[in-house]
Amino acid sequence: MSAAIPYGLCSAVLVGLGLFGLITHPQPLRKILAFNLIGSGVFLLFGVIARRGAAVGFGGDPVPQALVITGLVVAFAGTALAVALLLRLVDETRRGTLRDE
Amino acid sequence: MALAFDIVLVLLILGVATWTISARDTFAAVVGFIGFGLVLALAWVCLAAPDVALTEAAIGSGLTGGLLVGASARLRRTETTSGETPSISLRLSAGVVCTFISAGLAAIVLELPGKAPTLAPQVAANLAMIGLDNPVTAVLMAYRAVDTLLEVVVLLLVLGGIWSLAPDHLWGGSPGSRHLAGPDGVLPFVAQLLVPVGILVGIHIFWIGSVAPGGEFQGATILAAMWILATMAGLVDMPAVSRRWLRLLLVAGSAVFFAVGFAGFAMAGAFLAYPEAYAKLLILIIEIPLTLSIAATLALLVAGPPERAPQE
Amino acid sequence: MPDSATAGGFLLVFAIVLPVVGALLSLVLGGRHAERVTLILIPAGLAVAVAIAASIWRTHGMLQYFVGGWDPPLGVAFRADGLSAVMLVTAALLICGIGLFARAQFPSPRGAEKRAPSVFWTLLLTNWGALNAVFIGGDLFNLYVALELLTFAAVPLVSLDGRPETLAAALRYLLFALFGSILYLLGAVLLYGVYGTLDIVLLASRIRAEPAAWAAIALITAGLLAKAALYPFHLWLPPAHAGAPAPASALLSGLVVKAPFFLVVRLWFDVMPKIPERAAAQVLGILGAAAILFGSAVALRQARLKLLIAYSTVAQIGYLFLMFPLAIKPEAGHPWSTFAWTGGVVQAISHAFAKAAMFMAAGLIAEGLGHDRIAGLAGIGRALPISVLAFGLGGLSLMGLPPSGGFVAKAMLLTAAVAEGQWWWALVVLMGGLLAAGYVFLVLARSLAEPLEPLRLSTTISPCRQTIVLVLALGAVLLGFVPLEPLELLQIGRPDIAIDRLK
Repeated sequence: MSAAIPYGLCSAVLVGLGLFGLITHPQPLRKILAFNLIGSGVFLLFGVIARRGAAVGFGGDPVPQALVITGLVVAFAGTALAVALLLRLVDETRRGTLRDE
Repeated sequence: MALAFDIVLVLLILGVATWTISARDTFAAVVGFIGFGLVLALAWVCLAAPDVALTEAAIGSGLTGGLLVGASARLRRTETTSGETPSISLRLSAGVVCTFISAGLAAIVLELPGKAPTLAPQVAANLAMIGLDNPVTAVLMAYRAVDTLLEVVVLLLVLGGIWSLAPDHLWGGSPGSRHLAGPDGVLPFVAQLLVPVGILVGIHIFWIGSVAPGGEFQGATILAAMWILATMAGLVDMPAVSRRWLRLLLVAGSAVFFAVGFAGFAMAGAFLAYPEAYAKLLILIIEIPLTLSIAATLALLVAGPPERAPQE
Repeated sequence: MPDSATAGGFLLVFAIVLPVVGALLSLVLGGRHAERVTLILIPAGLAVAVAIAASIWRTHGMLQYFVGGWDPPLGVAFRADGLSAVMLVTAALLICGIGLFARAQFPSPRGAEKRAPSVFWTLLLTNWGALNAVFIGGDLFNLYVALELLTFAAVPLVSLDGRPETLAAALRYLLFALFGSILYLLGAVLLYGVYGTLDIVLLASRIRAEPAAWAAIALITAGLLAKAALYPFHLWLPPAHAGAPAPASALLSGLVVKAPFFLVVRLWFDVMPKIPERAAAQVLGILGAAAILFGSAVALRQARLKLLIAYSTVAQIGYLFLMFPLAIKPEAGHPWSTFAWTGGVVQAISHAFAKAAMFMAAGLIAEGLGHDRIAGLAGIGRALPISVLAFGLGGLSLMGLPPSGGFVAKAMLLTAAVAEGQWWWALVVLMGGLLAAGYVFLVLARSLAEPLEPLRLSTTISPCRQTIVLVLALGAVLLGFVPLEPLELLQIGRPDIAIDRLK
């Protein structure tokens, strides 16, 4: 438990930081960056939980670790789709924000 | 001593993260994000999760970073026109809210039960039956194989979704512009050296995943990165996405995955079940085409929608 | 609750695998064959859904399947109870109608593969597979992947025509959905951290009333609310659903937006029945009421038909969440709570049929007129009578007038509200019905008005397509013949609920 406390607190701060970036940046690309930051925080929390589950000679509980790998791949797919949409939107309108309706 | 290292690493992570959020220039923020991913990979090593560290460095930092760098470069032109900065009051209130949320989350983390529940014993108990030594691979390919299967489908469908963004006349064409290899260019030279080595490293990391940290996602990412590098250096060209062989390559992995899953009905009584004697062999049969398919999918995801019309 | 896989559980696998394999097949064979693959799979998928429902009805028990033969918490379970079965059949029927309707709009070309049809049919299949995965998923992380698949399959449908407005709407939809996913994942992570499992049934037995559990449930619910476009997370829905092509709008409003609601129901009634959450349920009810009043009021002010229908979706989703304060009771088995629960489910299903019919009717009208301005609808009642009739029948359900599924649903919610002494929700239901009548009659009156000069349609609309739309609208009407009492099928698999025949 004690080994992973710093990373647990780190994940909490990362979630808050990412959320702050999400709220305060109007540009979609910065929002996507912020999403990735929040996601990293959530995954890190999962990793802390995995570390706490160390047993039977494993350094950590393998199930959360595997789920984080799956989550990382799915998050990458989401980022790729969002970036492609954004680039296409910018190409079509030559502007960079969501403010225009 | 280890605790001090952890604290320093955490401070470094948070520092780079703050830089990523607060940088004025988007490009700088993206570079910060790539650095963030690499430092985070170190944290994963300290959390005794080397498979995740590999994945974070490769996909979270490498591929995502590459994607975002390309995007920020293309968005640079529009950056200067959208010069809206959020008001101070919005920042203050957002800051307060986020601090509360972080504090609440931190409190919950500290309150997690002392005797942590874990599935490690159950994973270990069945590991011999599957014939793998890497417990994370066992979870991904055996215990929760359906999650991996759905995840591969997600990758493919997002690729289709990205292709759908191309204008009608470019549908089925090649992504990205043609990079021409200059005769004395540094990039082609480096690529010619690096790509074969990278391919070998990727195959090795995939192969070793059954007994040591690694596996198909990490190996596939390296293969994808090598393909992207070769494309950028002009050594190969991105194929038109309507090509039959490309589509077959993309789908091959999941097709084999489904086939083995259905065979599980006959051989072991359930979808995606493995008979004890053949478990490792079946997993290998799935993993080889799966690695190739995922590599192709990841590379194309970074490449984006078609930008050149198909030549018929 | 069975302890092991039940006979017939393999059907659950097919419910997910058939559409997904179809989508992959479409990707490989090339877009020309995507439509054919879909049309072949539609009856197959419908058969699987009906078989699952029949199996559940026959055995009066849940279907359960452990994928790979691994028991939870190590492995992933698929489970279908009465509610799942009903949603599976609804989805199959709706996809059938949408597929048949869309054949004329997205025909597969003979020559080279074309973008729009290939994308549409492949994504239709993927949406179907993802919906089924949500309806039968028994593991929170498996459900997360299914939700992501659903989102990523729905977003490109919004931007299918490639216009800047729809691209912007699709991007906003994606960002809201990603936000919801992250909240959901955070909650799931916390639950694993405290209880060591993500399996719904196991969580229900292990969960206790403690801050971590409350926080996790709140996070998961908030994430799902963002995906379901409940007020105040509704901003993304109107431009997205209005900008998509008509069959896609039908899919999005009818089914895709119900999936996160389904998961909130699963979470609140199956995972946490032991935790008292009356105050939180009231919050959900308040948000639902706000959605009803706000959505209906804004719908009245719309100039474009598709936007009006989209805001109506925002409002009707509010009814779904009114079910929570009425169906949650400390004493399990209270007859009125079951009443309200049934009302909520009937609302979800009848709205699916009604809204799909309305969006597709609006699509036909827009094709015929070349625009969808409400002010310019005069004369369309004569030109496309079947479509306008279908629109009206769908509107019956929205207003809550008999005979329609909407009437049954709202009557149940009203009765439960009055019987439980929470009369304020009854007021909201009545107000919502009035406002819905307002915007439905607005459209109908314009459609039936005489035009200044005779109306000529820019394209001919086949009566076949209009009939399909009418059949879907009749589906909403048929639900009106559901008896006003808790349905036995829906109660199969519900923990600790007694069915009391009400006098």
